[in-house]
Amino acid sequence: MNDRTLVCSDVTMRFGGLVALDAFSLEVRPGEVVGLLGPNGSGKTTFFNVVTGLYKPVSGAIRFGDKDLFRKAPSEINHAGIARSFQRCRLMLELSVFDNLLVGAHNRLPNGLFGTLFARKAAQRSLAAFMGAARDLCARFNPYIADHLFEPAGRFNMIDRRRIELCRALLGEPRLLLLDEPSAGMTHDETFRLMDDVTGFQRESPELSIVLIEHEMQVIERVSQRCVVLNFGRKICEGSYRTVIADPQVRKAYLGEDA
Amino acid sequence: MNHQLSARKVGKADWRLPAPQPLASRASRSDRRAGAFFMVAVAGVLVLACILALESELALAGTLVAAGGLWWWGLRAGIIAEAGAFSDRRPWAARLVVAGAATVLLIAFHGEHYALLMISTVLLFAAACAGINIQTGLTGLANFAGAAFFACGGYTLAVLAKSTALPHFLAILAGGVVAAAIGAVLLLPVLRTRGYYSALVTIAFGILCSSFLQVNEQLGGAQGLQVPPLTILGWDMGSGFEVAGREVSFYFAYGLLALAVFLLSSLVAHAIEWSAIGVNLDATRSDELVGSTFGINPQRWKITAFLLGNFLIGIAGAVYAGLTNFVSPAGATFEQSLLLISIVILGGIGNSWGSLIAAVLVILLPEKLHSLQEYRVLIFSVFVVAVLLFRPKGLVPRRMRDFSVMEKRP
Repeated sequence: MNDRTLVCSDVTMRFGGLVALDAFSLEVRPGEVVGLLGPNGSGKTTFFNVVTGLYKPVSGAIRFGDKDLFRKAPSEINHAGIARSFQRCRLMLELSVFDNLLVGAHNRLPNGLFGTLFARKAAQRSLAAFMGAARDLCARFNPYIADHLFEPAGRFNMIDRRRIELCRALLGEPRLLLLDEPSAGMTHDETFRLMDDVTGFQRESPELSIVLIEHEMQVIERVSQRCVVLNFGRKICEGSYRTVIADPQVRKAYLGEDA
Repeated sequence: MNHQLSARKVGKADWRLPAPQPLASRASRSDRRAGAFFMVAVAGVLVLACILALESELALAGTLVAAGGLWWWGLRAGIIAEAGAFSDRRPWAARLVVAGAATVLLIAFHGEHYALLMISTVLLFAAACAGINIQTGLTGLANFAGAAFFACGGYTLAVLAKSTALPHFLAILAGGVVAAAIGAVLLLPVLRTRGYYSALVTIAFGILCSSFLQVNEQLGGAQGLQVPPLTILGWDMGSGFEVAGREVSFYFAYGLLALAVFLLSSLVAHAIEWSAIGVNLDATRSDELVGSTFGINPQRWKITAFLLGNFLIGIAGAVYAGLTNFVSPAGATFEQSLLLISIVILGGIGNSWGSLIAAVLVILLPEKLHSLQEYRVLIFSVFVVAVLLFRPKGLVPRRMRDFSVMEKRP
């Protein structure tokens, strides 16, 4: 079975007495774009951290295709084909763009000590092979980045850094991409451009599924096929954008008791 | 090149081919880099020769000021940067140039024990610093027990050379292996702690190690152990020889050995830095969390860096024991570890050429300023503070890794 569907069932995450995720269930099918909504502190990023293995949930089940990812190490989960971006820009700013991209391609690089020391030519060839892939990928988002792969990442502006982060996540050829507030720190227009790039990329690789955390409702409306709303770690609503924003519980969660 | 073209086609609406670079200008650019590196190497050797040969403080001070001025000019004129680019592109060629320059220096001082001893010491300390550079510079593991691992290598050689018939060449390698193995004991606490705490663990280990050596009777206690003259590849390094009627010091052979050890260590450091492993180590240092979500296992790379670094330190320590003919707990103290760390920081964290230059300053200057007695520590400290004030990233900061050089080479 090559079907890569993410199935999370009854995932619970606790920090001491605080229940950050309360029996949360979610299914993401190949090629789907799911918007993850909810007020601040409702457990959206916690969910990403649980799926990618940074947090170890206390109970539940997480499967990706035929792989069991429950409480597995982050590296193993990445190997299964899940990549993510971060809410705050997390690049190695003093290193080149290409170095940053290589981090995303880690699983496909020659990481052996012996080969690195004694078969330098072969190791370098396989590194150089990534330059083409990295350039092509970056050129889809912004040709300027593709032409300046060997500049420090710190020299790029915010939107380009976001793009580099996206390329880093995509270079490993993931099957599921978790995007944590890609609009943070960007203007309206920039966000739209970025999301158009992402959906454009997705059209060309229809197997790729995306889970998107976003506060910008217009972005969610435009790109997601299905929305899931969290509040206090619980799923309070699921459905299309229209159904979700019409839901009284969602309105209550966002706007308060009297809305 | 193909990718570059396709990227351009996708990117700008620029249908023109990039202007073909004339072959001559490309060649002359690489010539300029090679020339710059050669110039820096020659200048370095000349300055070192002056420092070694001059006796009066005034002449010494003049040399240092001149060297500083030359350095400043080289930085301003971009010669240092060109030289760095050469070393990035042609790591082997760069090391051959340095090997040649250093050999000329050794030949020039062929009869003088003291100068040869100093050159060898500088090279071996710089070699150990290549190991610390992998640990601290790339991976971010502060190693404040460098001298302890240095001594581990030395003691291993001393014990093996005294009580077994193992060829000395293998005993030196064993020194590296033992240093790495003893370092493995530290892995658990080092992996479980971070930053200051991890540094503290290594400090504690270093102190523990030197106290243990002090009281252990089998290892000679405070007196240390004698190391017999080495025989490497059939060459008896214990006695001098004559070439064309000129007496050559036995330290000459040690100088060549130390040079080989430094060049190999710095090559290993270069190979590690300029590889996927180097990226993994950088990711481990700068953002463990991001690295691990992309499959980089920080534990694995910390272990790799720590063991490999200690292996290099141990080898340098073993050869140093052979050079000085003995090992003692005095070489394993915390002050000695600080000396190694200060060479790394002064030279530029993560750059093995920087460590070589800093080793000259840190090891040679206090020796040469002996007549100033206690003031020499003061002068030296002021110098270190001044360097860190004006060049906080060290004399030769680590250069940004630019993998495109692999692509451009035919």
